[in-house]
This record gives sequence, structure tokens and C-alpha cells, in this order.
Amino acid sequence: MIETPNLEYVDNLADGDTAFRQKFIGILKEEFPIEQEEYLDTMKNVLFREASEHVHKIKHKLNVLGLHNAYTLAVQHENELRNGEQSLKEEFLSILKVVEHYLKNI
Amino acid sequence: MNCILIDDEAAARAIVSQLCSKVPELNVMEEFDNAIEAIKFLNQYKVDLVFLDIHMPGFTGIDFIQTLKNPPKIVMTTSDTDFAIASYEYEAIVDYLVKPITHERFQKCIQKVKNTSVGTSSASAATNEQETALGEDLYINIDRRLIKLKFAEILLIEAKGDYINIKTESKDYLVHTTLKKIMEKLPEDKFLQIHRSYVINFNKIVDIEDNSVLIEKSVIPISRSNRPELMRRLNLL
Repeated sequence: MIETPNLEYVDNLADGDTAFRQKFIGILKEEFPIEQEEYLDTMKNVLFREASEHVHKIKHKLNVLGLHNAYTLAVQHENELRNGEQSLKEEFLSILKVVEHYLKNI
Repeated sequence: MNCILIDDEAAARAIVSQLCSKVPELNVMEEFDNAIEAIKFLNQYKVDLVFLDIHMPGFTGIDFIQTLKNPPKIVMTTSDTDFAIASYEYEAIVDYLVKPITHERFQKCIQKVKNTSVGTSSASAATNEQETALGEDLYINIDRRLIKLKFAEILLIEAKGDYINIKTESKDYLVHTTLKKIMEKLPEDKFLQIHRSYVINFNKIVDIEDNSVLIEKSVIPISRSNRPELMRRLNLL
């Protein structure tokens, strides 16, 4: 089951610093779509090693957004891609869609 | 305490920067999205502490540490716990923060940094020849790029005025340094100075005549004073 993204970690980090909160959300909104697109491109071109590098970056954002199960799956996906496998691709894509939707609406 | 942050992800840098802002003793001087730019900064400014991501494309955090001659205190920041054991092999590494980093863990880390005396307060980065600790390779600075050369690839090194020419199997590299300095960074069992102007990779010798050595297609003179050491090291039948 896919968890719901949240800003608990970000709020804790901001500790009332609204400027930081806004800046950080801005970074997530800017970086995530780029990393997502790079991941999709490399998967399309069967460049699994490169794709694993993008998963590596994306997984940190999953953790930051409180998606700890998704993070665990991303770690597994990153590792399998390094071995030239992609069995978790569809599950990972589902996670990406959830995050994409969430970031577009915060 | 002057510190810098190195991480290829802006979000990760923002987190560490925010955590640093809550510690009055910490002054974040600069943030870098790659380690090579940070090395240039360390050549110019005094830095006490580096927050360093291990997993970066091209030039990793470990590459960064190996490139520094006298690194400041380093705190690793990454999710790759597999790197933890490897990272503790370096004396400069004071702590290891797993992402996402919490306030509480960060406070403990800073306390540890304060209580640890390893490293030096003067951050002296590698000079032009970019020395590494003795391992399997050496970094050289060519046109602001740090290029990794494996010792096994080096055929010979020739002194050329204020420069040295490092000849490898695939390419030659002209580096602003001296033979004496680079000799300090080469493994003694693999490299030998056979002439005032030449250091050779002992494993690349094709044959030896009276006063010269053949390395691939290059004929290198042997000086009288260096000849006894060369002969001593040969496995003569």
C-alpha cells in the first residue's frame, strides 16, 4: 500500500521558519520533476545503471516526504537496476505518480 | 567553526544548511554541488569542517577525501550505510549522518566534532599535482580538472623544466610539479628514478641495455648513480 506524502519532517526541520519551509518546498518542486524525467528517459533507453543513479536521488525525497515504505522499495529498485533488473519498475512508477501529484498541489 | 557543504542535491544541501543555522558556532561559508569546486575553495580558504555526501556522480566523496593532503574534519552525509565502514578508514572523518538527518542526531554530531581532535584546522588541499594517499591511483590537475591516473597505467615520468610529463599507455599528461614531489606520491616498489630526469614504472620495463631501459617504445637513459639500485631490484637469473 502506498503511503501518503507529508511535510512532517520538513516542518520539524523548519521549526517555524516559514522562509525555509517555502524555499525547501520550492527545491522539491523544482528537482523532483527533473529527476523523474531523467529516470523515465534512462529506463526507456534501457540504461539501468544510469537509472539507478536517478532512483538514488529520488529516494531521499521519498524519505523527506515521510514515504518510508516507498523509500525501502526505492532502495531495492536501485539495487536491482545495478544488476540489470527492473522487476520493481511499475511499483516505483506508482510512487512517482503519487509524489508528482502531491508536489503539484502543495 | 567555518564549514562548507558538498552534495549534488540542492534539497540535501538545504537540509544541512538549515541544521547548521541552528548551531551558533557554525558558519556555512559555501555550498557546492560537486567536490572539485570544493577543492578549489579549500585551496583558498581556511575551513574547519566539511559536510560531505559520499554518493556523487563522477567524483565521489571518497575521491574527494583521497585528494586532500591535510583534510579538515569531515562529516559524511549519505543514505548508503554500506559506505560507513569504508569511510571510517579515513582519520579526518569524524561522524556519519544518515539521511534524512534529524535535529537531535545533528546536535550529537556537532558535539562529536567539537570533542574530536583529528584533522587540522588549516585546510590544506592538494596542490597542483593533486596528491592522494598511496593507493592504486593518483589525481593530477589538468586545466582545472582532477584526472585519476591508475599507477598501473603510468609508463614513465619525465622532468621538463617546471613541469613533468606523465606518459601513460594511452596519453601523455603535462603537470606543473617536480619529479621529487610526485615521487613522494608513487609506491616505491613500483616506481624507480633511473636518471635525473626520468622515473619509470618498474613493471613496464621491456629490456635493459648497458646505459638504457626500454619502456614500451621509449629508450630511457640510466644514470651511473642510479644504476646500482636498478640492478639490485632486478630478478636476475
